[in-house]
Amino acid sequence: MKNQYEKKINISGTEKLYEAFIYVALITLCVSIIVPVGWVFFASIKQDSEFYGSPWTLPLGFHYQNFISAFEKARMGDYFLNSIVTTAVALLILLVVSMPAAYVLARCDFKGNRFFNAMFMGGLFINVNYIVVPIFLMLVDGDKVARDYIGNGIFLNNIFVLALIYASTALPFTIYLLSGYFKTLPKAYEEAAYMDGCGYFKTMVQIIMPMARPSIITVILFNFLSFWNEYIIALTLMTNDSAKTLPVGIMNLMTAQNAAAQYGQMYAGLVIVMLPTLILYIMVQKKLTQGMSMGGLKG
Amino acid sequence: MTKRKGRGRFIVLCLSPAVILFTIFMIIPTINVFRMSLYKWGGFSNNKRFVGLDNFKILFGDQKFFQSFQNTVLLIVITTIVTMFFSLMFAAILSREKIAGQNFFRVIFYIPNILSAVVIAAIFSAIYDPAHGMLNSILSLFKGQNASPTLWLGDQSIVIYSIAITMIWQAIGYYMVMYMASMSSIPESLYECASLEGAGRIRQFFDITLPLIWINVRTTLTFFIISSINLSFLFVKAMTSGGPDGSTEVFLSYMYKQAYTNSSYGYGMAVGVIVFIFSFALSAIVNQVTKREPLEY
Repeated sequence: MKNQYEKKINISGTEKLYEAFIYVALITLCVSIIVPVGWVFFASIKQDSEFYGSPWTLPLGFHYQNFISAFEKARMGDYFLNSIVTTAVALLILLVVSMPAAYVLARCDFKGNRFFNAMFMGGLFINVNYIVVPIFLMLVDGDKVARDYIGNGIFLNNIFVLALIYASTALPFTIYLLSGYFKTLPKAYEEAAYMDGCGYFKTMVQIIMPMARPSIITVILFNFLSFWNEYIIALTLMTNDSAKTLPVGIMNLMTAQNAAAQYGQMYAGLVIVMLPTLILYIMVQKKLTQGMSMGGLKG
Repeated sequence: MTKRKGRGRFIVLCLSPAVILFTIFMIIPTINVFRMSLYKWGGFSNNKRFVGLDNFKILFGDQKFFQSFQNTVLLIVITTIVTMFFSLMFAAILSREKIAGQNFFRVIFYIPNILSAVVIAAIFSAIYDPAHGMLNSILSLFKGQNASPTLWLGDQSIVIYSIAITMIWQAIGYYMVMYMASMSSIPESLYECASLEGAGRIRQFFDITLPLIWINVRTTLTFFIISSINLSFLFVKAMTSGGPDGSTEVFLSYMYKQAYTNSSYGYGMAVGVIVFIFSFALSAIVNQVTKREPLEY
């Protein structure tokens, strides 16, 4: 009798310990994420002199001038605009190009279907950063030709070319995700549409596309994040100061920061990069993590 | 369905923009990586000279390349093991246990994944800063005020681990969400059975959860390899640019450095070819080694 009683206590004891362990682990990881990210927000409203003491002091006041000087001196406003235009144009190109292709690959039987499917699948394994050098050299060559004919280069330092490259390199992932979804839709919809005399194009745009809305939203979310955050291609192709995107501008500030100690300005810049993605994430976090289990991969 | 007029034209019209863009910006550059690796080419001038496999011969004797190779392998191994351990653990906790604020934790853990690599690099530079960094100020509580600060990004023997920690911090949430997705499809009845039989949590994890999500785990191994090669480059470029003295140089950063700073494009592309072959070969090997009979439930 006594023995059994002891055993019961023991079980609930380990149970308690286990529960404590779980919460300690969860809270530790949580703190290690919130504290550094929150720290950047506090740092962005500190004065430069405040950076020479302990990193844990709260800001003395709301030194919003950091943001003004980030916009005025460090040209964050221009970079912000460049980032928005690049991301928006890239998303537009990507959707216009990838949706019809994914539709055809998923739902039409034709000679070469398997070949093109395999080709785009293979593209999933090519990382953009492996091929950034040849892309750069290709644009340099293009600029040489353009200079002969038009008088100035048009390929490097052009945010529309950058957007086109972003869209193109995102094609394999997007087509993979979209065609996976298109395949799950029943064939009956199209057959009914053809019966009613609806053409191929009209069927695709008016019947199938609206049904694919959830996966299109996933595609937009993931690609928004990857275009907005990308910096290696932008750093390589956007050599001109006026054509830089936000992450590249931040990179500049980081290197300049070592020399000139413009901490406040740099952290203000970081907040400007982070804030749109964080707001978007909080708004759609459920969709994003659901979409991930649907498509499987990123980058 | 009867074939109708215009079907062929419709298919061509839909497919050709994607195929053209894909060919111009992905296939041709990829072919160029391989082609250019056979030339000795000093950049913007047009004097390209075909040298066959000479670039690779130099490469295999290059001490710096060997170091970047070592660093890349080290980072792949460390980040894969540690990230996988933590993300499996947290995925199991969050999907199996009744926890207050479950959704909150999931939302927070995924945040690093939506931040730009530049932002993460800046955050960790602030954490690792020797004089006013967060990490050293915490450590000085234990070591005393006068202890010499640890140079997290300046000490050649530590810096590669500092990069690894950054990569792990960034990746845990992403893989956790992936594992959670496949764990959620395991039927609850299996666990009920197991706990009636007296199997503890650890036992349940290794005997039920892990075998049933094995396909997913295998897929993520390929992601780990490809993304470690890629992310190590992003962080190294923004945090240390390969320094101090090459101790954090990785594959892609070495390729980039050879191609740009050094303007020896041919040599840089030879590094690129090795990266391609290495990542494919490693993925294939890992895929073969981890092959198991798929389990049904």
